Amino acid sequence: MIVLEKRQHPSPWMTYLSPVISIVLTFLIASFVVSAMGKDPIKVLSLFTLEPLSGKRAIGEVMLKATPLILCSLGLAFCFRSNVWNIGAEGQFLLGAIGAGGTAMWLTEAGVAGSGWLWISLALLLGAFAGACWAAITAWLRDRANANEILVSLMLVYVANLLLSYLVFGPWKDPKGWNFPQTLRFADSLSIGRLGTGMRVHWGFVVALISAAAMLWLMFFTSLGARLRVGGLAPGAARFAGFSSRESLWTVLLCSGAFAGLAGAMEVLGPMGQLTPHVSTGYGFTAIIVAFIARLNPLACILASFLLSMLMIGGELAQSRVGLPASVSSMFQGALLMMLLMVDSFINYRLRWRPGAAKGLKRDA
Amino acid sequence: MTEASRLRLQGISKSYGNLRANDKIDFDLKPGSIHAVLGENGAGKSTLMKLIFGLLQADEGDMFFDGRRVSWQSPEQARAAGIAMVFQHFALFESLSVAENVWLGLAKTWTLPAVSEALRELGRHYGLVLDPNAMVHRLSVGERQRVEIARGLLAKPRVMILDEPTSVLAPQAARALFTMLRTLASEGCSIIYISHKLHEIRELCDECTVLRHGKVTGRVDPRQCNDEQLSALMIGSAPPPLVRASVSLSEVVMKVENFTVPALDDSSETLNDVNLSLMSGEILGIAGVSGNGQGLLLDALSGEWCDDTRRERQVKGAIRFQGRAIEAFGVQQRRRLGIMAVPAERLGRASVPELSLADNMFLLDQGNDWRIDRPRLRRAAASVIEAQSVKALGPQALASDLSGGNLQKFIMGRALQAEPQVLLVSQPTWGVDVGASAQIRQQLLAHRDAGAAILVISEELDELFQIADRIQVMYAGKLSPAIARQDASVELIGLWMGGAWSASSQSSENVLMGTAALELSK
Repeated sequence: MIVLEKRQHPSPWMTYLSPVISIVLTFLIASFVVSAMGKDPIKVLSLFTLEPLSGKRAIGEVMLKATPLILCSLGLAFCFRSNVWNIGAEGQFLLGAIGAGGTAMWLTEAGVAGSGWLWISLALLLGAFAGACWAAITAWLRDRANANEILVSLMLVYVANLLLSYLVFGPWKDPKGWNFPQTLRFADSLSIGRLGTGMRVHWGFVVALISAAAMLWLMFFTSLGARLRVGGLAPGAARFAGFSSRESLWTVLLCSGAFAGLAGAMEVLGPMGQLTPHVSTGYGFTAIIVAFIARLNPLACILASFLLSMLMIGGELAQSRVGLPASVSSMFQGALLMMLLMVDSFINYRLRWRPGAAKGLKRDA
Repeated sequence: MTEASRLRLQGISKSYGNLRANDKIDFDLKPGSIHAVLGENGAGKSTLMKLIFGLLQADEGDMFFDGRRVSWQSPEQARAAGIAMVFQHFALFESLSVAENVWLGLAKTWTLPAVSEALRELGRHYGLVLDPNAMVHRLSVGERQRVEIARGLLAKPRVMILDEPTSVLAPQAARALFTMLRTLASEGCSIIYISHKLHEIRELCDECTVLRHGKVTGRVDPRQCNDEQLSALMIGSAPPPLVRASVSLSEVVMKVENFTVPALDDSSETLNDVNLSLMSGEILGIAGVSGNGQGLLLDALSGEWCDDTRRERQVKGAIRFQGRAIEAFGVQQRRRLGIMAVPAERLGRASVPELSLADNMFLLDQGNDWRIDRPRLRRAAASVIEAQSVKALGPQALASDLSGGNLQKFIMGRALQAEPQVLLVSQPTWGVDVGASAQIRQQLLAHRDAGAAILVISEELDELFQIADRIQVMYAGKLSPAIARQDASVELIGLWMGGAWSASSQSSENVLMGTAALELSK
């Protein structure tokens, strides 16, 4: 009989192996599903693994999509470590897009000239501020009314979505846009510069990398980070030490909202160049998976963002090249998270073969 | 074997990973015997009981029940054979009645009226008085324990296991339990009684198996052993006697005046017009069964209560430190005044289990820098480890890797290192082995001699009688007047633990006597 037995100590090996095993298992499941749909699994898998890394342009795309994932997942990792379950990064992302997009639209209409970097920074800051404000609603309701932050932050995603739709279908619609639901195209000087020719990835990627380093420092080398981690690991100990749970709630939510908002802002000022109802392809939700695969470690968030970015791109390729439905990509993401959660139980537990257990069922006289 | 055994274990071993929790245990339980299993925390008592009750399966060795070799795969099999177990932590449904709770655990052939009738019969026969229709959430801890025992008894057990049953009882209730157990044993039921309270074992049991580090270190007749002999078997050597100086100083440092915290809901603790004065150079003991408001009292004194408590309840009264009202102060503000608490929950409150000892120093000492000064924390942890002779791999050891006693030594040392003027301690030796307990109590006394004011909340009367200068008793959110230790007796404190201090007019005299005694010993 096989029994699940608690380990005396969490296994350090499994802590790091678990994401790798989950990825392998996810690919196995994926090939099974793909072959059941009558496609060649090897070919499909190569679309998810090799194809996104073939050539400068392709790698640029991976980095481009990884940028918002890194930023959102950093904020989420910060929240999750403090035991604040913000799952509304998507909404905060959208508000960041609205904040920066609105600023850029106004600047374009006003016909501002001069240094683009200054205006871009202003728009990015306002975007981050808008994201933080959106997260502040969640913090305020949790603080004031003891509302569940999971539900509130999730529901605010849909509110943010409707707000964005209202703006681009209504007051912010480009009058010369043939009635398409989108704003005018922002002035070229308001577009974030690209990292290289032939790649769409922009300077925002560098910002994301710096943010990850900053977050690492904040979490592990500052007194504030230590207070917040104590609050996440053992709320009772934080109370004993006199650390305020309100301080940590507000800090992590505002911080995470600002990061997600910045991601949204860079998305509209980077590749999009205007606001449309489809600013996000679910970056805020995918970032939850990123944060967990990264074990809430800021540097690992970078690697995990690359992985999920490849999955997103692979999903698009599978759609156009072999005609798989778009939902295949979300299915892979879901499978990956499920596998990770399951394999994670082996960090604290192990399987043991117990030969004596089965035969002992009969009682001898 | 001259007499047939009810239950016999031969060479039973059980390991968790590398830890050998039970190592070749031989154990022999005679019919109608009350057999003590004595050992420190972590000696392997619980593992052994779980093996006997079928919750765990032995790695090797044989178990014989009435001469037949058995190996239970589940508690159901053990129960069917006639083994009942009363756990330290109860498994009762709060929203059901006593009879319904008992009924749920019985065979399907029982009807609810039959259960009620059987419960009344148990009450008449064993003095196990219970109202079958009472709702469990209204019951006291002692009554809940009776429900658990009744549940076991209705199955007509031949072996009954009780795991530290008196840890939740006042002395009088414990005595009633002993009477009941003796009746049960005289009818032929064997009883396994797990405890580390030596005097109880001597009073109640006729056999005793002592465990240390998973091995049997002795089989004795407890009635013919003294405390030193039993604890020598249990820990390898008897702890040194405590040294205490007479009270040196006495000036009121901290004062609680008419402090009242109303209930939030049915299950919450309350404080009802609590008064106490804590003097420098004394240990004030707070006795009482847990759950009578001690948790709230500690939270209120340390400033640690959640924001909700202060916000949602109408708190009245004052807490003064050297005359200054501090009831609105937070933990850190009070700590700066020199008020330090050591709560009973070692893991998750006094320490973060997943963090190292060095990082756990951070809970009391954040430094002034916005950066975290790891080398300083490491040095501080190392000096506590050294000063307290904590058995740990070093400052990098995780708090969860330490045994209860060693972690408590660390936590106590961390608090003492800050040389607090007021030390508030809850259950200082809960689940701590005898050697570490002695060390901790001696340190509390030493700190008191150095002039600190110490408040000790404890369920163990023995402990309070050993270290306290004055004792107050907590019951249902109320605090009794203080009585000097010399004037207190176990009987009197036991009565007060049931709330009976106001009944006797002598209470006011006792306060006077308490103060008088304090004056005298100066």
